[in-house]
Amino acid sequence: MVEQRFDAIVVGAGPSGNAAAYTLAKEGLNVLQLERGEYAGSKNVQGAILYSDALEKLIPSFREDAPLERHVIEQRLWMLDDASYTGMHYRSEEFNEEKPNRYTIIRAQFDKWFSQKVRDAGATVLYETTVKELIRNTSGKVIGVQTDREDGAVMADVVILAEGVNGLVGQRSGLRDELKPDTVALAVKEMHFLPRDVIESRFNLKGDEGVVIEAMGSVTLGMTGTAFLYTNEESISVGIGCLVSDFKETGAKPYELLERFKSHPAIAPLLAGSEVKEYAAHLIPEGGYNAIPSLFGDGWLMVGDAGHFVNAVHREGSNLAMTTGRVAAETVVRLHRMRKEMTKANLAEYQERLEKTFVLKDMRKYRKIPAFLHGNKETLFGLYPRLLSKAAQTWFRVDGLDKKAKEKAIVSSFRQARTLRGMIGDAFKLARAWR
Amino acid sequence: MSTETDSVKVEEKLYYNRYVVDAGRPHVKVRPHEVPSQALLALTKICPAGCYALNDKGQVEVTPDGCMECGTCRIVCADTHDIEWNYPRGGFGVLFKFG
Repeated sequence: MVEQRFDAIVVGAGPSGNAAAYTLAKEGLNVLQLERGEYAGSKNVQGAILYSDALEKLIPSFREDAPLERHVIEQRLWMLDDASYTGMHYRSEEFNEEKPNRYTIIRAQFDKWFSQKVRDAGATVLYETTVKELIRNTSGKVIGVQTDREDGAVMADVVILAEGVNGLVGQRSGLRDELKPDTVALAVKEMHFLPRDVIESRFNLKGDEGVVIEAMGSVTLGMTGTAFLYTNEESISVGIGCLVSDFKETGAKPYELLERFKSHPAIAPLLAGSEVKEYAAHLIPEGGYNAIPSLFGDGWLMVGDAGHFVNAVHREGSNLAMTTGRVAAETVVRLHRMRKEMTKANLAEYQERLEKTFVLKDMRKYRKIPAFLHGNKETLFGLYPRLLSKAAQTWFRVDGLDKKAKEKAIVSSFRQARTLRGMIGDAFKLARAWR
Repeated sequence: MSTETDSVKVEEKLYYNRYVVDAGRPHVKVRPHEVPSQALLALTKICPAGCYALNDKGQVEVTPDGCMECGTCRIVCADTHDIEWNYPRGGFGVLFKFG
């Protein structure tokens, strides 16, 4: 093991850990980053969409060499029942800009690239090293980590926990609680390979343009969850995720749910003839603001998924991860330069800085959404998508019925299924949770 | 939905993946039991890698070779303490090529 004392140790080499280690190393701090996988990304799973803004703040020139797949020019939001989709699509030529706003990426490849940047910036990165627990001094301050290597203790002024959603090190060191089944989603996904010209013709794309589909409805069998399909350069990422508590309650098998989504009449033709090259599963923190654990203490900070930083409504996570990693590192850099101790009181600056960013503003804005979605799952993920499909079909089918009668049939189908009072109540609850 | 999707075999999906199995040192263990708890039984369905199965005595067993280290089983059994779950030793376990 490295026999050295470091200014900072970063646990984990995902987006938050890499953002933190990169920022610290670039500012001249002596940084050790520990990653349990054989390479950065080997344990990481994401859809995946990269939001440029958060990465631009770290590496403005990332587009020159980062492994980007396609820039997103079209977003499709679909409500599904078993036979149909009702959708909203937004596609704009303005997304074909010099510096595109979002890209599809393949996470393992992206993380490898990011990790190389961290090493180039001067950090020491050790792979194949699992952190077992934190080391504290007699007064309880975190002063290092215990790894599974021989003589595996390493010391540092501060430890940044970027260990991901499971957060075992934080849990076992008493910094946070175990995740609750209703605050975390289990997602499964597959990588489907197709020639790029096939993808381009199926999605009406040219060059590196890409399409993103987010779907909800009967595909989750009434559970709180969403499905997705993202176009990469020569592959399609397709997946589905639902709350762990709902899986537990229904006994649905995740891989059967994925097969069901893949065989949906709106999805199957998009995947036809593809070659599957990987099947992955991962947890997503979906508890929102109220599920965020303590983020700092004597000698430690928590960032990324470990800190429950996911905006479930907007399907954002990696940008929150990179931003929290960067802001945590900037806090440490400032304290280091002022020769201040990494005490809980001083590290509180991390949270104060985060309050001023979109991260905590957005998390707070949607703090009531997780409970709203979970508490109304049958209505939101089952009933409304079905009613919407039925209404659309009544409206578009030409069958001799007059239009006024059609309107009546649509209105009465909603009133029968949900009552006027029920619908107003749902709208009111949503508005209140959304504010 | 259809019988076709019901017959999906998770083993065939795991076959796509790369693993470095830490032979003889499983990172997930089931606590010995006579009768499984509801939470433990749920793992035979919820585990996305199908690592959990009932043996002929009606007890739940785990074979974590195909584990994708998602952590779902640990969370489901957090209250009943049926599972001991650790990160695999550094370098072992699943190796996502795409992730």
